Amino acid sequence: MMTKLKNIKWNHYANYIVVAAFTLIFAILSLTGFLESSDKYLLEKIAIAITLAVSLSMVVGFLGELSLGHAGFMCIGAYIGGKTAVVLEPVLGEAPTLLISLLVGGAVAAVFGMIIGLPALRLRGDYLAIVTLAFGEIVRSIFMNSSRESFGGSLGLDTPRFNKDVLFIIAFVIVLACLAVTQNLIRSKHGRAITAIRDNEIAARATGIDVTKYKLLVFTVSSFFAGIAGVLYSYSNFTVQSTKFSYNYSIEILVMVVLGGMGNINGSIIAAALITFLDVELQTILTGNLAVLQDLIYALILIVLVIYNNAPALKPFREKHNLKAFIGKFRKPEPSKHRDDEAKWDRVPTKIKMDEVLSVDLQVSSPYTPDKAEKEEK
Amino acid sequence: MEFIETLINGLSMGSTYAVIALGYTMVYGIAKMLNFAHGDVIMVGGYLIYVSMVATKNPFIALGAAVVLCILLGVTIEKIAYKPLRGASPLAVLITAIGVSYLLQSSAQMIFGSAPKMVNIAELGNLKFAGLSIPVYTLITLGCSVIIMTALSIFVKYTKTGRAMIAVSEDKGAAQLMGINVNRIIMITFAIGSGLAAFAGLFMLMKSPSLSNTLGAMPGIKAFTAAVIGGIGSIPGAMLGGILMGVVEAVSYTIPPIAPYTDAIEFMLLIVILLVRPTGILGKKRREKV
Repeated sequence: MMTKLKNIKWNHYANYIVVAAFTLIFAILSLTGFLESSDKYLLEKIAIAITLAVSLSMVVGFLGELSLGHAGFMCIGAYIGGKTAVVLEPVLGEAPTLLISLLVGGAVAAVFGMIIGLPALRLRGDYLAIVTLAFGEIVRSIFMNSSRESFGGSLGLDTPRFNKDVLFIIAFVIVLACLAVTQNLIRSKHGRAITAIRDNEIAARATGIDVTKYKLLVFTVSSFFAGIAGVLYSYSNFTVQSTKFSYNYSIEILVMVVLGGMGNINGSIIAAALITFLDVELQTILTGNLAVLQDLIYALILIVLVIYNNAPALKPFREKHNLKAFIGKFRKPEPSKHRDDEAKWDRVPTKIKMDEVLSVDLQVSSPYTPDKAEKEEK
Repeated sequence: MEFIETLINGLSMGSTYAVIALGYTMVYGIAKMLNFAHGDVIMVGGYLIYVSMVATKNPFIALGAAVVLCILLGVTIEKIAYKPLRGASPLAVLITAIGVSYLLQSSAQMIFGSAPKMVNIAELGNLKFAGLSIPVYTLITLGCSVIIMTALSIFVKYTKTGRAMIAVSEDKGAAQLMGINVNRIIMITFAIGSGLAAFAGLFMLMKSPSLSNTLGAMPGIKAFTAAVIGGIGSIPGAMLGGILMGVVEAVSYTIPPIAPYTDAIEFMLLIVILLVRPTGILGKKRREKV
């Protein structure tokens, strides 16, 4: 028994444990009446953001395709799920309605995800990005111009409420489910195939990976969870308005994924939670013209962070001053994995500065030539 | 008759899109990046026109000042935000561009407030001609755009700098070996694109005088869509795509049942065209090598 426990890679499960512990703490706080309704609303928003960020991270971080239409899938989920809830609520009661509308919203979004995945097979990179952006805008435009009876049109769709004490717990359970599906997929054989497609599609195809299947799979799963997040959103806000789901919102989700680190699920979770938390907290502090200040600072932080993390010129600086190196200072140095005669290929200079080479060759009688230096020592 | 009026309106709108799309497509062709902030340079151009109109009351001086300052803005953005990321992953550059876009929007809101400003460039009225009633601004837009596009085509084809641009868009490394200063060419491209954005700002203010900090967002996205439809990286493609987009928009606005779905129709057009021709109408097909 003990050896089995020892064999478990605990860091694989760390994020489940952390999220579950948070949920448990807040659930207890909520049941004992410590949480105000605004706190519960904040927790719901955080859970929705995490679900969105983790599901988008699958497409962007692991499949390596840029999607700017994640809000479109969320929009489908919110409207379809919300409508299902409106229709079923009087018949089935609260809890079964929530479950069914979550599934229906997710499933419909997944179908659309698959449909959008189809052009992904023919289009690359930026072209796919613009198609997903276009898709999101089409969806939004269709729901905005729907009739008042069907989806509420420009006034928005009023959706049923749910017990606020429980809703955020359900939302976090969904986060856990989303994490479980995503991580198990990524860590499986299929996940390795997906990252292989990201790293080199042609090579992946050549080794017999079914690129079509995996691309569709990732788009479907990702949009399924986006749809579910949409349904949660409709329950959390009681109303769904199409203006919320513009491409700006897709970009906000993308920013969470990028700031968290591409292909890093834990990073996405932290970034989503932090950004949502700051968003809501700052909204109450900064009002009027100061609210713009918040956007301004966000934009600046975004630019500076991305440049810092990606600029080729800053690479040596980053390697010297990153978190890992900082932690490494406190650890015992492990024996080097490189043998002495082994070349460290990441250190080979790719660029030779011609001036330096020439200046060394030309200054034959410079004071620092070895034999002169030796003479001076004597 | 009404159809001809619609068509002229569409051509005018389309040429505005084409002018914006040129900015997108040139930057994409040469720097291989989606300049998401391009739409917001239009917005800044609009505000610059507004400020200098208040100061001088002369639309020509206003336009001149806006063009010069937009060029400076474009070059500065390129220097500070995009240049350090040359050689980094395209996604990082895209996110930075999005950041710049937010930065421009929120700074404009900070300076000018969120209430829309009214800018009356000039009282132009309508031109009545052979039973047609055509707003004069559409003709000005159309005329200016034709001049801009012709001038740009000539510039790219026949000047040394223009041909250097083509060379850089074909193969950056080879161009560098031939003695072309790639950084300088990219800077010039941004300058031209931003200058065109100021013109687009003027065209849009002539069409509707209301000016807010999201002036450039939707037209920017649509013009980008137009550039992709035409084949991104191709200058004639941007013109074709822009005009196609404008005509579709104008025609769809006049048909009552589909009028509210105009945006959706335009984006559908993009998806359909990309499904048939994955690199746009005039885009070159590139073979991928391992």
